Amino acid sequence: MNNGGLQMKDERFVSDRENPENDDKSRPSKPEPSIAPEQLRLKVEGLNVYYGDFRAVTDIDLQIRTNKVTALIGPSGCGKSTFIRCLNRMHEVTPGGRVEGRVLLDGQDLYGPGVDPVDVRRRVGMVFQKPNVFPSMSIQDNVASGYKLNGVRDHKLIVEKVQKSLKGAALWDEVKDKLQQPGTSLSGGQQQRLCIARALAVDPEVLLMDEPCSALDPIATAKIEELIHELKDSVTIVIVTHNMQQAARVSDYTAFFYVGELVEFGETGTLFTTPQKRQTEDYITGRFG
Amino acid sequence: MVTQRNAAERRHYQFRRATEQLAGVGMVLCAAVTVFFLLMILGYVVYHGASAIDWQFLTALPLPPGEPGGGIANALVGSVLVVACAILIAMPVGLGAAIFVNEFPSARLGRVVRFMAEVLTGVPSIVVGLFAYALVVRPMGSFSGLSGSIAYAFIMVPIILITSHEAFRLVPPSLREASLALGVPKWRTILGVVLPVSRKALLTGAVLAFSRALGEAAPMLFTAFGNPFWNLNLGKPIATVPMLIYTYATGPYDDWHRKAWAASFVLMIVVLVTSVMTRAFLRGQSDE
Amino acid sequence: MSDHSQTIDGAVSSRSSARVVHHDTRVINLGDRLFYRLTQAFALIVILLAFLLVFDLFRGAWEAIQTFGLKFLVGTTWDPVKREFSTLPTIIGTLVKAFIALLLAVPISIGSAVFISFYIPKWLRPVISYPIELLAGVPSIVFGLWGLFVMVPVIRSLQIWLKANFGWFFLFNGPAVYGVGVLSGSVILAIMIIPIITAISRDILLTVPRPQIEGMLALGATKWEAIWKVALPYARVGLFGAVILGLGRAIGETMAVTMVGGNSFDLIHSLFDPVHSMASQIASEFTEATYSLYVSSLIYVGLVLFGITIIISLCAQFLIWRLSKGHVAVFE
Repeated sequence: MNNGGLQMKDERFVSDRENPENDDKSRPSKPEPSIAPEQLRLKVEGLNVYYGDFRAVTDIDLQIRTNKVTALIGPSGCGKSTFIRCLNRMHEVTPGGRVEGRVLLDGQDLYGPGVDPVDVRRRVGMVFQKPNVFPSMSIQDNVASGYKLNGVRDHKLIVEKVQKSLKGAALWDEVKDKLQQPGTSLSGGQQQRLCIARALAVDPEVLLMDEPCSALDPIATAKIEELIHELKDSVTIVIVTHNMQQAARVSDYTAFFYVGELVEFGETGTLFTTPQKRQTEDYITGRFG
Repeated sequence: MVTQRNAAERRHYQFRRATEQLAGVGMVLCAAVTVFFLLMILGYVVYHGASAIDWQFLTALPLPPGEPGGGIANALVGSVLVVACAILIAMPVGLGAAIFVNEFPSARLGRVVRFMAEVLTGVPSIVVGLFAYALVVRPMGSFSGLSGSIAYAFIMVPIILITSHEAFRLVPPSLREASLALGVPKWRTILGVVLPVSRKALLTGAVLAFSRALGEAAPMLFTAFGNPFWNLNLGKPIATVPMLIYTYATGPYDDWHRKAWAASFVLMIVVLVTSVMTRAFLRGQSDE
Repeated sequence: MSDHSQTIDGAVSSRSSARVVHHDTRVINLGDRLFYRLTQAFALIVILLAFLLVFDLFRGAWEAIQTFGLKFLVGTTWDPVKREFSTLPTIIGTLVKAFIALLLAVPISIGSAVFISFYIPKWLRPVISYPIELLAGVPSIVFGLWGLFVMVPVIRSLQIWLKANFGWFFLFNGPAVYGVGVLSGSVILAIMIIPIITAISRDILLTVPRPQIEGMLALGATKWEAIWKVALPYARVGLFGAVILGLGRAIGETMAVTMVGGNSFDLIHSLFDPVHSMASQIASEFTEATYSLYVSSLIYVGLVLFGITIIISLCAQFLIWRLSKGHVAVFE
């Protein structure tokens, strides 16, 4: 099986694509290059994800680098959303959801014994496909909702945090005069940035984004892609996207999923120009999708 | 794995965990209380009531108060009669109005009617009894089964209207359009396509209304009133089961109390059967 | 595969697609025209029924209205011998019992609904919901019967204990030995309205979109925090509607309250007082009313009861309309 190892050398393996050795399941495993621990934020080992008895995601080994953007691409139903939801232990919230394997955040297994999912989700935040602003709360309350969970009562602190988060999400200027208005009074793109601000307010180490732009128009999408560039310096980002061009624009590393398996993983530039696997190339060139 | 960044957060975290567990327990308790009461009521009705039911109970007339024995046959028949008459009145009105509301949506009257029906479901049943009293009993000069039927009909019409309306709403417009496209006039489309397709839901609505009326005592207090003898004449007072339960339960005789439990048992059987039928229909619906 | 959202929008839009334009604006043939008139007639009958109700109530109460006017609503005498009637004590009796019933029933109902919607697996839901729906169908005299013979003795013991230990508290300083009274009435009403509020609340809570709840969980909330801070506020309009429905039932309920709520006409001083509600007074005295002013006064009481029910219902509709701005789960 593949191991998602990184290509350290920038070699062109053009001829290897024809090499039967490089076809789907028979590739010999390459030794894992060592990455310095502080550069390795998330490490996934042997992840198998189930819905009841049905195995949706098989044997994933993946390394997410700190303060970089890692994109997960692949056709519909390939398991990338299921996979990303395992990184913050959201998959088990779905009825029948079950996970085997390890997910190490800075060396600590998120699925280890005695680990509270509530803790995990504070450190690994998530932005959803459609903006899920809480309609019963104002803009300010929305942003502060996660932050206040930890018992913060000091109003000044809350206001400061809200401002900082909204600035981080490039939304402050647009809403600073209407913080008390309901969160749903914003446009779609603004709502999604509000959700990003809300996620940022709890100071997560990783931010997961599950197709965050799929419900947005191109202008709003561009704003968020720009935002991702700015955010990655402070937060590690993993983004699921069905839009390959977006992945190419936005990410440093890309993982290609197909039918629940990790087919290929590498630096974005390399993967898109010289994919190692035939399947990857087929997907990228649009032969299926 | 500790994410709490200081001592205050750690304490708060413990508090959150405690709240979470308490909440879980609380929710279970709430549901348990609800189920508990059902079991209590059902249990006592079965316990006290089932034993007093025998053939005589179901077929004989009541004996003079104080004498053990006798039955509630007149009330059983009376109830069915009064409710059946009520359905005969209420069904066309409720169904007809529901057709109007759903099939002619451009008429604003429809929305007013639907709103009216919702409001009417909230009218206390004793007020409905007063209405039937003023409308029928006073002019007639005596209590009568007919006034009881009218009271029941008043309660039933909104129920039938609302359930029928919802049933018609579920009929896909493509069915109507197919029929209209074939040149079938609208009225025939409604009668020949919409009604048959929704017949299960309509039946459920009728059964619900029937069952609901069967158990209502308050309107009977001064309409049908009650009658210790056989009476099939709707122009005269007539015995009904809920009314009988009330009279017997508040009376002084133990034998009456036992009969009240038994009559309640009979009513509960009706409720149970109705409920099973409705559930079966709902399940059938999701299969379609 | 990754779509976890099932928003209300989907349900609403499928409803509105059912409102395709019908061709009723071109009613061309005779059959259609007749049918239209026929069903319209039935619709008008429904409206007529409503007006007839109000009209008849007024007509029946007219004699009392003329005699007592609005003083009827604030007086405290009910004396068939002296021919003086008023309803303030029964209005208070009705409202107090109904509100205490709400106080008891609402937490239990919403708690049960939360339990069913969020704490048990999908297949278990009908198992628990079914008994609750069954309870909702139990006729009120059966509640009354059970209340009278099973519940009242228990409440009576409770009342005696409360009076013995806390009798200094004004609420417990009353005739504990009766058993029937405000407390019994309220408790039986609570038991009766729990199933209704629970069933509707459960339906409402199940329409809260999963992404809302997941959004809160993803921020590091516990399950309860997600329910309390997101699900319940999201559903608050529908839940309010459910509670109002329960309130309406509690106010109009007759048989059970007549049998366990006490039958005396007096202002409430404690929880143990056996005080009439409007409905129970009408039920108890109507057939004993021997002369026309007496009957008319009782019908006047019925009119007041009806009025209160309508006012609460309309206020609720209005509040729901006001609160319905934005995405909230509204029960149809």
